[in-house]
Amino acid sequence: MERAHLVHLYTQMLLIRRFEERTAEMYALGKIGGFCHLCIGEEAVAVGAVDALRPDDYVFSAYRDHGHCLARGSDPKRVMAELFGRVTGLCKGKGGSMHLVDAERRFMGGYAIVGGHLPLAAGVAFAVKYRGGDQVVLCFFGEGAVPSGACHETLNLAALWGLPVLFLCENNRYGMGTPVERAVALYSDVAQNAAAYGIEAGRVDGMDVLAVRDAVGKAVEQVRTRQRPYFLEAVTYRFLGHSMADPAHGHYRTKAEVDEAKKRDPVLLLRTRMLSERLATEADIKRIEQEVAQIVREAVEFADASPVPPVTALEEDVYTS
Amino acid sequence: MKATYREALNQALREEMRRDDRVFLIGEDVAYYQGAFKVSKGFLEEFGSRRVVDTPITELGFTGLAIGAAMAGLRPVVEVMTFNFAILAMDQIVNNAAKIRYMSGGQLSVPIVIRGPGSAAHQLAAQHSQSLEAWFCHVPGLKVVAPATPHDAKGLIKSAIRDENPVIFIEAQLLYPMQGEIGDGDYTIPLGVAEVKRPGTDVTLIAYSKMLLVALEAAEKLAQEGIQAEVVDPRTLRPLDLTTLAASAKKTGKVVVVEEGWPFAGLGAQIAESLYRQVFDYLDGPIVRVTGRDAPMPYARDLEDAAIPDADQVVAAAHQVLYRT
Amino acid sequence: MASRVIMPKLTDSMEEGVVVKWRKAEGERVESGDVLAEIETDKAVMDLEAFASGTLRKILVPEGTTVPSGTLIGVIGESDEDIRGILAGAQPSAARPITPRPSPAAVASPEEDKRASPRVRTLAREHGIDLKAVKGSGPGGRIIERDLEPFLTKKEQPTVREVPLSQMRKAIVRMTTQSKAPVPHFYVTIEVEMAEGLRVIEESKKALPSSPISINHLLIAAAARALRQHQGLNASFAGETIRLFSSIDIGIAVALEDGLIVPVLRDCGSKTLAQIAEAERALVARARGRDLSPEEYTGATFLISNLGKFDVESFIAVILPPAAAALAVGSVREVPVVRDGRVEVGHRMMLTLSCDHRVIDGAVAAQFLQTFKQALERARDL
Repeated sequence: MERAHLVHLYTQMLLIRRFEERTAEMYALGKIGGFCHLCIGEEAVAVGAVDALRPDDYVFSAYRDHGHCLARGSDPKRVMAELFGRVTGLCKGKGGSMHLVDAERRFMGGYAIVGGHLPLAAGVAFAVKYRGGDQVVLCFFGEGAVPSGACHETLNLAALWGLPVLFLCENNRYGMGTPVERAVALYSDVAQNAAAYGIEAGRVDGMDVLAVRDAVGKAVEQVRTRQRPYFLEAVTYRFLGHSMADPAHGHYRTKAEVDEAKKRDPVLLLRTRMLSERLATEADIKRIEQEVAQIVREAVEFADASPVPPVTALEEDVYTS
Repeated sequence: MKATYREALNQALREEMRRDDRVFLIGEDVAYYQGAFKVSKGFLEEFGSRRVVDTPITELGFTGLAIGAAMAGLRPVVEVMTFNFAILAMDQIVNNAAKIRYMSGGQLSVPIVIRGPGSAAHQLAAQHSQSLEAWFCHVPGLKVVAPATPHDAKGLIKSAIRDENPVIFIEAQLLYPMQGEIGDGDYTIPLGVAEVKRPGTDVTLIAYSKMLLVALEAAEKLAQEGIQAEVVDPRTLRPLDLTTLAASAKKTGKVVVVEEGWPFAGLGAQIAESLYRQVFDYLDGPIVRVTGRDAPMPYARDLEDAAIPDADQVVAAAHQVLYRT
Repeated sequence: MASRVIMPKLTDSMEEGVVVKWRKAEGERVESGDVLAEIETDKAVMDLEAFASGTLRKILVPEGTTVPSGTLIGVIGESDEDIRGILAGAQPSAARPITPRPSPAAVASPEEDKRASPRVRTLAREHGIDLKAVKGSGPGGRIIERDLEPFLTKKEQPTVREVPLSQMRKAIVRMTTQSKAPVPHFYVTIEVEMAEGLRVIEESKKALPSSPISINHLLIAAAARALRQHQGLNASFAGETIRLFSSIDIGIAVALEDGLIVPVLRDCGSKTLAQIAEAERALVARARGRDLSPEEYTGATFLISNLGKFDVESFIAVILPPAAAALAVGSVREVPVVRDGRVEVGHRMMLTLSCDHRVIDGAVAAQFLQTFKQALERARDL
């Protein structure tokens, strides 16, 4: 991989990391409300996967969607403004943290009913196939969605009708506080759930952005050319709590477990590799850090300075006239 | 031209599919079986399996899939074999179809029609006999249509397909064989426009779908007593054409609302509330609702008959609002 | 927006009213439905309710003053609203102060709140109907639209036809008015043989002992028949025109302990004798019970006053406008009569018709009485 490309991936991951850190801070200051799910620890999956897409491909996400949206290239200012509930946000302040949408970038949205967006992704893939297009739909979801009826109905339909959708399961080990082995019967190899429908499946280290990039790249290519769905499990870990409402660990996991996982921090892994393989210097890293800090600062400033939506907007966008 | 309700729908869907390649029909047994109630008779031959899509029995999955297809610019018509099964797709309809436009701040829209028969037929028992329109009407972002005549069914399904919003289109198994005059060719009836089905001066009967026929029968009986009932069919339940309903209520001052669904939090309660807000000062007494009975639908024919409003109940309600009891 | 407070027209015959008492003072807050004032009509003292909310900005007519119906008597508006426009339009009323009378006790005591459907309230407002005068037939005495029908049909389907005064009629008006103001009366008397009428009454006593036919029923039925034939008597003088009524509404003078009331039997022209009898009994019973609403004792188009039970041979009645004629009825007396050269016992009754000469001429009155007499003497055909 070219050096510039690596720097790009690193910058993206760092942007997500710093963005989420500032989001936590803004949440604590009361600038952001509601449920807010951060993806610190899972940046490599978002960045590696989206990097493998064409601009005309589609992306679906669940409620932990900030990273996916930023990875897709959405303006951090408008993302932060959406979290702030401002009229300049991607969705004019009507969606919020869990429902980021950037239609221009074919980021089709974050959905907050677990498993509920999988049929939508298959539907977009259906439309692609109906029109004879060659776009791919990338659908992120957590391992918590795997046992849902929506997931299984969708896997069946996608396999049955040969829909070009890549199901990307971010297995961060916990559905809120319930570990995968207490939620999914075939937990040791989650992708086996797709195998039951004859869907080709794979597994990748979700902390290694290059591995993700590589695996998703191959899967996307296969989906695009064979017009068949693919199921990829990316094994990752959530460094923080399920949402802003709970601590990094709690009664359901130990601090030691979290600390152990943090040793494979995806941002650190890539940085170490770039430095050790002399693909970047300390000065480069420092410069990138400054650039990202600048972007995030501007995003917060933009959001904070933006007006709240007028109350007259409340009943707008309910119907298309 | 005379046509049955079923034929009117068949014609309209066929014409829309010929007119617009983005329109496709998806649902259980819509293709080879030609529709559980034969609404899509001949479709597979004409349009092929690309556009007439049989599904497995997974309402959540195929409804959600169709919503996704609509987000990507197609115009799906989902046939739910009956609306009882749409309950399985309720999350998709309520949380996705109805809200995606709003949550995205207007970036995405969902031009989908979800259609099929609602209400009771004969002795299908509790799980296959219910009127769920109030559930759908409750949700901002959805439009809900419930035509009673072949003419209305044809004109309204076309408008529903061409609408940019998700439309719940409720038919009725017992209406499919009903015959009536329909307009020629490509006509549409706008959503959100009620129609006075029988003019009168003494009492207003508001009824939709199958209950319109019951109300018209009641109006005939009332006429024999010298009572001129005005029968108004909202046709679209959301958005409700309050202007037309209110004009009639204002004229007569006496209103009966007929619905097949359950009484508690039923659609008639909403219609009554809307009218109270608009024409309270013109009402000569409380609006009276005629509804289905407050129980799951029984199987036994006698019990079933007792559970569903009939013309005599509507006549009695009319007497009540006219203070003739 | 400012709202005009008008002296209401509460009965068909009400031309003017007295502001007995203002219940709100200038500058006081008024809610729609509040009692603004007590108004005395030609029959009773009634509450005048506000149709608008706001401040009673101006009282234009002091207490104890009589003004014509339709006169602006006050203005309700916002406290800072300019009401000069409305005041400028107020005509200086031909107000004449009268000595204030103490309100009847029945009115002074708080009246029971009348329940009425929203539609009734709206119709009452639009048609100027005082709901206190309406009896409710709905649940719990709720006034419903049906109860307003007598008021509404009167408003919406005029039962009068205006005919212009001819030059001769104008002259008659002028001359008769000059000769006897305000109503120029003249009187015509006729004698009627009541033998057959009495037989009809006797037979009905046997057939229907609980509700027999009375002389009054025969009189009403005969009058209705005669009025149908002589429509010029079912009329009223209205200044520039004569009103011809299509409905024959006959007022029956009923003596009360402290005076007299004239309940009106509506539309006698289309009623059978039996229907007349039934309606009359109910109406008179309610009149004696003082249970009549104003519309039930106003607007008679013809009057009958029967003093027969007081052994009166004959008398003369005073016309009560808007009627143009009143029939005074004496007792049935056994008198010797000569028929075919032989003396027989006759049963004779004297009738005297008082007529408003502005409307009715002597010959017309005489012809009417002839028809009336024939009808009574063939009572079996009534």
